[in-house]
Amino acid sequence: MTQYLLALYRDYDVPIPEERTRQVWAGVNELGDKLGDAGKFVFKGGLDGGPESATVVRQSGGDFLLTDGPYTETKEHLAGFWIINAADLDEALEWAKLATAAEQLAIEVRPLFTGALDDAIRDLSAEAG
Amino acid sequence: MTVEAVFRREYGRCVATLIRFLGDIDAAEEAVQDAFTVAIARWPADGQPPNPGAWIVTTARNRAIDRLRRESIRDERQAQAHHLYGSAAQAAPDHPSAPEEDIVPDDRLRLIFTCCHPALNQHAQVALTLRLLGGLETPEIARAFLVPEATMAQRIVRAKRKIKTTRLPYRVPAEAELPGRLAPVLTVVYLIFNEGYAATSDSFMRLDLCAEGIRLARVLAELMPDEPEVQGLLALLLLLHARRAARLSADGSLVRLAEQDRRLWDAGLTAEGQAIVRACVQRDRPGPYQVQAAINAVHSVATSFDDTDWHAILTLYDQLYALTPTPVVALNRAVALAEVRGPAAGLAAVDDLRSSGLDSYYLFHATRADLLRRLRRPADAAAAYAAARDLTANPVEQAFLDARRAALGRPDPAGE
Repeated sequence: MTQYLLALYRDYDVPIPEERTRQVWAGVNELGDKLGDAGKFVFKGGLDGGPESATVVRQSGGDFLLTDGPYTETKEHLAGFWIINAADLDEALEWAKLATAAEQLAIEVRPLFTGALDDAIRDLSAEAG
Repeated sequence: MTVEAVFRREYGRCVATLIRFLGDIDAAEEAVQDAFTVAIARWPADGQPPNPGAWIVTTARNRAIDRLRRESIRDERQAQAHHLYGSAAQAAPDHPSAPEEDIVPDDRLRLIFTCCHPALNQHAQVALTLRLLGGLETPEIARAFLVPEATMAQRIVRAKRKIKTTRLPYRVPAEAELPGRLAPVLTVVYLIFNEGYAATSDSFMRLDLCAEGIRLARVLAELMPDEPEVQGLLALLLLLHARRAARLSADGSLVRLAEQDRRLWDAGLTAEGQAIVRACVQRDRPGPYQVQAAINAVHSVATSFDDTDWHAILTLYDQLYALTPTPVVALNRAVALAEVRGPAAGLAAVDDLRSSGLDSYYLFHATRADLLRRLRRPADAAAAYAAARDLTANPVEQAFLDARRAALGRPDPAGE
């Protein structure tokens, strides 16, 4: 069993009508129950506030540099996430379909790292080379 | 059969089996290549084994096991390799000498659906399919698709890594998912063939890609005999490929369907394609590939362009448009309409499509040009030929369009 991140992205310039928010809440609760019943639920979180609530922290020389705002300047920003258990990508994608319908937002599916550390180091250096 | 011929025929099947066994694409490729290296060394002296594919699989598997032992892989890594693809990989190392029944056709089907998984982009799907099922080397694939070798290598490496890190399953989709999952598989095979047929570069047709597309379509048709669209795709490719010798003249210029010497059409491929189309018609579960095959089957029975049953073709295009209402289908329908009701009706239908995004498609302008020529509007036709020429990068197509434009003032060779 692998854990997958289902990351939700949202354009904060587009307001969400109240009625839709209610729908989303109901849908998200239902999906949480479904994942829980299937033993697939690990964790979920919705971010409070839009990209203006973000602060980026970097190490710069011996010091730390703080910048106001999100890490990337894009139209759509991370709005929340689910962590789920799934046997493989196909199962994770099936849950992601339910999640995108419930959240009414696009979802990026990513596997969480579970392998051996030296494999990961080898893969990452291969990517760079 | 030479080792090379065995390689071409058996590579995909062997890699597919080894992936199931090892749970890792790179390890499978390495093992199969090892086995072929052994074959090159041994077969000329020892003689070729009666079942070369099974010999390769057995040798590759034994080599892979030796390698795992030699490298004294740590327990946890082995455990990890096993969980990647589930129980199939777990059972295998205990049976290193299991004989030839390991070659089950399902393995290639698993591999095709993995290569063409919708989580991979279309470039990656095409490249992986050619690499893993076709056994083509990365530089060959890069050349075929006119991208730098490093770009193609990276494309393949990334796709393989995505399969591995995301635990993209190695399985044939269930019946319920099949319609959605089959579509990208058929598209990939069609794209491979089409890249060879309508090549965008120096050589007009790259027959090796056409042959590879047909080979893959045959594999699919054999593995999924009850999927009418798979049969339809094979029939379509066979009927198109049958015309290859007539499409180019002796001096390398393009010959349109209207002027092709139909005696040059490959009778064997044509007959095979027609037989599949007949079976599809009987089955009566039509789809876009079957209808396109049927259109080409109608062309294939006509002794000349004028003798073609254009009413049947127009009806089939209507059916195709109902299934896939795209501007390109509408354009082809307009060509058939011009044959049934005259060039003015055809031109009106083509002009209706201008706003649908076809303005940047060279065949839109080439089709208009031809209809304008037939309507004796040479100035408009010349402008349309010029517009078409600017939109194709294929020198053979360019030469064809230049020649048509230059011939506008002269008497029409087709006698229209």
